[in-house]
Amino acid sequence: MLSYKFDWSIILTGQYHDWLVSGLKVTLQLSVAGIILSFLLGLVVAVMRMSHLKVFRWSACVFLEFTRNTPLLVQIFFWYFGSYKLLPTVVNEWLNSTSFEFAAGLIALTIYTSAFIAEDIRSGVLSIPKEQMEAAQSSGFSYLRAMQFIILPQAVRITVPPLVNQFLNLAKNSSLAMTIGVMELTYQARQVESYTFKGFEAFTAATLVYLAISIIITFLVDQYNERVLKLHKAA
Amino acid sequence: MTFLSNFQVISTNFVYFMVGRWPEGPLGGLGLTMYLAVASCILSFVGGLILGLLSVSRHRWISWPVMLVINTIRGIPLLMVIFWMYFLLPALFGKGFPETQTVILGLTIFTSAYMSQIVRAGIEGIPNGQMEAAISTGLKHWQAMVYIILPQGLRNMIPSFVNQFVSLIKDTSLAFIVGVSELTHVGTQINNRTMAFPTEIFFFIAVVYFILCYAFTSLSRTLEKRLSWRKAI
Repeated sequence: MLSYKFDWSIILTGQYHDWLVSGLKVTLQLSVAGIILSFLLGLVVAVMRMSHLKVFRWSACVFLEFTRNTPLLVQIFFWYFGSYKLLPTVVNEWLNSTSFEFAAGLIALTIYTSAFIAEDIRSGVLSIPKEQMEAAQSSGFSYLRAMQFIILPQAVRITVPPLVNQFLNLAKNSSLAMTIGVMELTYQARQVESYTFKGFEAFTAATLVYLAISIIITFLVDQYNERVLKLHKAA
Repeated sequence: MTFLSNFQVISTNFVYFMVGRWPEGPLGGLGLTMYLAVASCILSFVGGLILGLLSVSRHRWISWPVMLVINTIRGIPLLMVIFWMYFLLPALFGKGFPETQTVILGLTIFTSAYMSQIVRAGIEGIPNGQMEAAISTGLKHWQAMVYIILPQGLRNMIPSFVNQFVSLIKDTSLAFIVGVSELTHVGTQINNRTMAFPTEIFFFIAVVYFILCYAFTSLSRTLEKRLSWRKAI
């Protein structure tokens, strides 16, 4: 330990610094694309989960339980190694022509996160008094339209803090994409370590970046809770 | 959907999936997954209890640094924690450190931080009057905490602990990254050897994890219902 010489310059400038920065970019791309897609998927699943039709409710339940009770890593491997047998040839050809690692990582992260988001949205919807739905339906809205115009806009406002926390989880979970060769932050830190043996510097840099993301997001959630939700409650 | 017909790869390797090379060699597969999960669960229960109690301390010079450590660990990915252990332990002890222990330590540190928040919430969920009543009967603050608050709080924490255990089972799959041959690692090994059945293999592994985790998730739900019934009395 004492014989180890710290050399912070390698991560502050030069080639290895660029590697880490490009890794951060990929992490952010995965997280931002992932949160948008998993919000949309989560919304669909949440609406299906609350539907009156048994088929929808059941398939949503199966999806939720299966996704939440299997490890993300296994899901990533499933989509990366195993999806080609399930997908149509056209889709496979298109996936292989793009960066397949990124796509597989994104699909797995999206599906995994959407299950958690669906439950967040559902608990947001359940916190809206059910008279709202009854009133909307008695004034002529169909179930889906009532959801779209009356319930969801209110529920989403309450769901914003847990959603932002899911974004944070997604950013942290995206580190698992390194196992299939997506060159995100953890991958690049590992890469710098194996090229230079400066593991401590590289991992300190990566850790600090993840911490910075967490701190910024926690701060934003606190601000939102303080400003928006209090106003909302007062109104 | 031709993949359903090829599940022979599972049946021929079934024992290897479950226990690895045991009893001739080291334990692997599902057995090792369970070993990792149970060992880290016990350790991180202790760790979470200590961290949780310290974080609700009345002395700021104790609670603030502890909260800083907890929030730092919660702010970084588990993969990072495992990598830190992987590089730090040999550097600290000056020799190679077994991978299994490295992973258990990483999982313990990571999960302790989350468990401490459960403990904290459990303690804060007990009404203030309990502490005041305990102190007014002559107990010291720590005695009131250990004999009055904690026993009640712990009971309410049980469902959350079970949920955390489910997360832990899922998290053991990350041991793959440092080459510990638990279930996920065994799956990739068999996949590399057979080449042709990735869909079947990873689907099977997912199902195994699902059965295990779903059992505990259901247990936690049952416990939650029963506890809310008891609290109502």
